[in-house]
Amino acid sequence: MASVSLSSRLNKAVRQQYMSLPQGERVQVTYIWIDGSGEGLRNKTRTLDVEPQTIDDIPEWNFDGSSTYQAEGSNSDMYLVPVRMFRDPFTKDPNKLVLCEVLKYNRLPAETNHRMSCNKVMEEIKEHIIWFGMEQEYTLLGIDGHPYSWPTNGFPRPQGPYYCGVGADKCFGRDIVECHYKACLYAGVNIYGSNAEVMPSQWEYQVGPCEGIEMGDQLWVSRFLLHRVCEDFGVLATLDPKPMTGNWNGAGCHTNVSTKQMREEGGLEFIEQAIEKLGKRHKEHIRMYDPNGGKDNVRRLTGRHETASINDFSAGVANRAASIRIPRQVGQEKKGYFEDRRPSANCDPYAVTKVIAYTCLLHSEDREESEEENIPAM
Amino acid sequence: MATSTSSKLSKAVKQHYMDLPQGDKVQAMYIWIDGSGEGLRCKTRTLDSEPKTIEELPEWNFDGSSTYQSEGSNSDMFLIPAAMFRDPFRRDPNKLVLCEVLKYNRKPAETNLRNTCKQIMSMVDNNHPWFGMEQEYTLLGTDGHPFGWPSNGFPGPQGPYYCGVGADKAYGRDVVEAHYRACLYAGVDICGTNAEVMPAQWEFQVGPTEGINMGDHLWIARFILHRVCEDFGVVVSFDPKPITGNWNGAGCHTNFSTKEMREDGGLKIIEESIDRLAKRHQYHIRAYDPKGGLDNARRLTGRHETSSIDEFSAGVANRGASIRIPRAVGQDKKGYFEDRRPSANCDPYIVTEALVRTCLLKEEGEEPRDYRK
Repeated sequence: MASVSLSSRLNKAVRQQYMSLPQGERVQVTYIWIDGSGEGLRNKTRTLDVEPQTIDDIPEWNFDGSSTYQAEGSNSDMYLVPVRMFRDPFTKDPNKLVLCEVLKYNRLPAETNHRMSCNKVMEEIKEHIIWFGMEQEYTLLGIDGHPYSWPTNGFPRPQGPYYCGVGADKCFGRDIVECHYKACLYAGVNIYGSNAEVMPSQWEYQVGPCEGIEMGDQLWVSRFLLHRVCEDFGVLATLDPKPMTGNWNGAGCHTNVSTKQMREEGGLEFIEQAIEKLGKRHKEHIRMYDPNGGKDNVRRLTGRHETASINDFSAGVANRAASIRIPRQVGQEKKGYFEDRRPSANCDPYAVTKVIAYTCLLHSEDREESEEENIPAM
Repeated sequence: MATSTSSKLSKAVKQHYMDLPQGDKVQAMYIWIDGSGEGLRCKTRTLDSEPKTIEELPEWNFDGSSTYQSEGSNSDMFLIPAAMFRDPFRRDPNKLVLCEVLKYNRKPAETNLRNTCKQIMSMVDNNHPWFGMEQEYTLLGTDGHPFGWPSNGFPGPQGPYYCGVGADKAYGRDVVEAHYRACLYAGVDICGTNAEVMPAQWEFQVGPTEGINMGDHLWIARFILHRVCEDFGVVVSFDPKPITGNWNGAGCHTNFSTKEMREDGGLKIIEESIDRLAKRHQYHIRAYDPKGGLDNARRLTGRHETSSIDEFSAGVANRGASIRIPRAVGQDKKGYFEDRRPSANCDPYIVTEALVRTCLLKEEGEEPRDYRK
């Protein structure tokens, strides 16, 4: 079969024989980190003598940064600092998945470690109890790189019937979505929901509500789970924001935001204030909303296919062609949250949540943006 | 190949994940009818605990500009949970939730026919209107050709297929068996199945079900059928005339009775109802498919066990009539009657509502009455 990998066709009964072997007291811990591309995930596993109960039980580790676009060979060791632990849905309890921050040889954060600066911002605005919900869109590809289940060398019928669809002629790859959902629930990721998207073979799941730094942690782990589930099935998930040119939707990571004030009676006023502030820093945000300083989003934010144009900032109630959408319910209840529709599917959620929190709650005309707040384009 | 690529993903891999425990969290799949009036859409959300009743399920919303239901500039639409079922795909404690759709101004969406149906049914509670709907459908491969038919060709003529057995007569029985079991698990009132006259065509029946529940159960049964077919990698069509020529179409014969009809001497009430239906043929035809009669025009030809779309007729045991009174009912002088006009892709809410309006509320004329005034 052309569209699934060779690996996925290895005999699962043989695998099961080994996976069901008891492992005694010892526990496998898989360390996960973001590589030098700012989009790719890496992982390696070690054995611990006993099940870790908290993140503090998990030791620091290191890896070869010259093999992950992160260091030179002559000075290649980089540190892995565990930050959040999850259950492992692949090898199951008591084994763990551990999300890590990457530090350079001098213990400073690696270039694509946006978590550190994000955490600083979130600590500073703690009193606002900021919540996020991120809607991760993605496209399934066969191993040949063509969208999964599209006719070889061809295209399916135009968009229209696929969004939230059901049926073998509307829905491509639901098994993956179902399995990813279960894996997230098991692991402890706060998965909120899922649905089929407008382009066939495109899907979305939502993670949240999460407070502060947790949003980035949970979204990155959910992406790892997605890639691993796809690997098991022998297909690929791409977070590219515009996998197919032409009359096909792109893939975003709409980010929903609220603070304590926005959620309380009369909160709409604070939402509108926040939107005004966001309106003044459109370019700065666009730079942070994909890992290539806006170059990826240029292909996606065209003003068509339910996106706003990358050049203009706009906001509106229930308007899916605006940069910021205020949900209808929020407009009616005069409190709640808003949705920033600009982030690309392959964005770094630490960078996104950080700049939103900074612009809405910290930035003022007098305040100088620090080195950390200005992430250079790659 | 006639089956989809998706259906060939490894089920062993899938099983590993589906067996993972999920703690107290519950997945609720919200289901609704889209702007076409025929298509079904669904999306899922996580709940913190198992809902015991429909009231525990929160309202939700969706992007109506992606379902032919609104413009992008004002796209939010509301999902109001209406009926809850067990989920035969993800199993307990997960749920399927059928929803009504409201527009941004909280008025029912154009294809939300449940709203009015519910009002009408509430007016006739004491009459206990019962319905049984016979849903016919055709299985297609992903190439759009009927499942099991030779590529680019046709099987032998109709005759041996109805209720048939054998690999040369029954195409796709696995789908039917799986669907039946899934409906039973989910709590749908499925009362039977059989192979139909055209090969790759099947029928299941839902009922007897009272009032608004008929529409709810039939829509969920259709959703389950689409999902089962998706799992097998085939497609189900509710088109009323999928193949032109000497091949049967697909209908949704609707059996109807009221408390009075079911009691001794009920035949008289049945005959009175049929007289009323005879005078309102055009109104019912408009209600009996999602295109105001255009779909049924291809099916109700007067041949292949249908009546002609232009004329109303009724008769005992007559399958060429618009209304058939079953032989047993003719003998017992009480029971129910069968309206054979609805198309397979009809909306059961408006079909059941039309029967109640004409037979119980005794409406006349081409337009339904607005009781809110």
